[in-house]
Amino acid sequence: MENGNVMIQAQNLAKMYGNAHALRDVTFEVQKGEILGFLGPNGAGKTTTMRILTGFMPPSAGSARVAGFDVFTDSIEVRKRIGYLPESVPLYYEMSVWDYLDFAARLRGVKDRDTAIERAMEMTNISERADQLIGKLSKGYKQRVGIAQAIVHNPEVLILDEPTIGLDPKQIIEIRNLIKSLAGDHTVILSTHILPEVSQTCSRILIINDGKIVAEDTPERLTARVRGAEHIHLQVAQPAPEIPTEIEKVQGVLGVTAKGDNEYEIETNLGADRRADIAALAVQRGWGVLEMRPVSMSLEEVFLKLTTEEKSAGDGE
Amino acid sequence: MANLWTITWRELKAYFASPIAYVVSALFLATVGFLFALILLNGREASLRGVFSNMNFLLLLVAPAITMRLLAEEQRMGTIELLLTAPVHDWQVVVGKFLGSVILFATMLLGPTLYYVLLIGLMGKPDYGPILTGYIGIFLLGASFLAIGVFASALTQNQIVAYFIGIAILIMLWIADAGSAISGTGNLIGSALSYLAITKHFTDFFRGVVSLTDVIYAFSVIAVALFLATQLLQTRRWR
Repeated sequence: MENGNVMIQAQNLAKMYGNAHALRDVTFEVQKGEILGFLGPNGAGKTTTMRILTGFMPPSAGSARVAGFDVFTDSIEVRKRIGYLPESVPLYYEMSVWDYLDFAARLRGVKDRDTAIERAMEMTNISERADQLIGKLSKGYKQRVGIAQAIVHNPEVLILDEPTIGLDPKQIIEIRNLIKSLAGDHTVILSTHILPEVSQTCSRILIINDGKIVAEDTPERLTARVRGAEHIHLQVAQPAPEIPTEIEKVQGVLGVTAKGDNEYEIETNLGADRRADIAALAVQRGWGVLEMRPVSMSLEEVFLKLTTEEKSAGDGE
Repeated sequence: MANLWTITWRELKAYFASPIAYVVSALFLATVGFLFALILLNGREASLRGVFSNMNFLLLLVAPAITMRLLAEEQRMGTIELLLTAPVHDWQVVVGKFLGSVILFATMLLGPTLYYVLLIGLMGKPDYGPILTGYIGIFLLGASFLAIGVFASALTQNQIVAYFIGIAILIMLWIADAGSAISGTGNLIGSALSYLAITKHFTDFFRGVVSLTDVIYAFSVIAVALFLATQLLQTRRWR
């Protein structure tokens, strides 16, 4: 499926470290301008995938293309188009921020380096630290220098391995906004094991566990898909033993579970909103509705469900 | 070429930002200066032959100290990932760093000894031929040692380990000659060992003779060491 808008294409990527599978049969595509989130527990294969895409290491099997160039045979062409922030930020502590970015820009063959460096420093909010030695900077600033290094040559593709690790909440928001602002012109892949990160920044999520892709979708649809049904939380003033059986008679309701004295969780068909019917029933019977709201599954739950399902399936093999 | 120079330039700046360059060159110059004075006062001969022979041994200790950081530190700090994902060939990383160490050696270690030439020129009538070839020889010897040091630095993430591996390899090459005493001199192993013996190839330079074999030997050592270092860097990717 070759089309003009595919920026990154990974085909059946596999990677072995000795006898251990770090990646098996990973296939995905990233469209131009998209922000793709790699989500997975530590050691799931996120870094390995990114290292293959950036040409740091070749895959054991399969292939990958970035901007139409093979990452292995046309590695140099691919590298010209990529900005990469590795998991351990590659900083020279004895250099000043400016000198370091100048070095990074030279390596990537940037023509107007001064402008490019100033732009990258502004975007990452480190302009006032230009002359400071990197070794003397705080963790948050170091991380931002790492990001500045990745964007200094204004690359088509940005690959960020755990970009917000070690930052404080305010800085995390700044970096997320920065990443979001880069989308459109740039294609971004970022990895994280922090769930809110992907739901807030990414247009699409790829969940990796144990070297395999276990799910791929938008944050919203992933949640819905895993759920398989809608859930409604109901709290009443006048609890009665017949409430569950009564509600179960409503069309589209799959089941009701009591959650304490006066609270119930109602499961309904996917896509069917039965709240009006249930409310009418409650009013008619005089239960006194205190609260009724749809329960949405958090990405945390989605993630846990997907990764643990995968594990139990794997154990069964 | 621009990439190569970018890496060399960064390396040079890194040298001067750390104490190692100053410490190594101060120790080297103090020792060589002491030997120069000793040899001059005892021999009363306007030549640098004795000094060159002694520099020889000092460089065995000093060259691996100059190169130990080059690749080991990049691997330990993870900065190697920046270099190996930049649009730069692996060999450019290795050669760029090697050139950085060679420039440091030429300017900080060899450069300051030129005043010996001035001194003996003022006090006597030296034969400048052997002095010039001596410098060529010691430069090539140093460069060979540094290339071997770069290779040692590619082997490990630990600078100290890189230093001792570097010295170990240099000592092996230094005494390879002695091995021919065991194997006998007439046979293939014997002549191979005696060809490998590194210092043998540089004594002629100090006497004023530049032989093509010796120049080729130096360039071969440099090429092989840097080639192997590049291969090591590449195998890191496969692991």
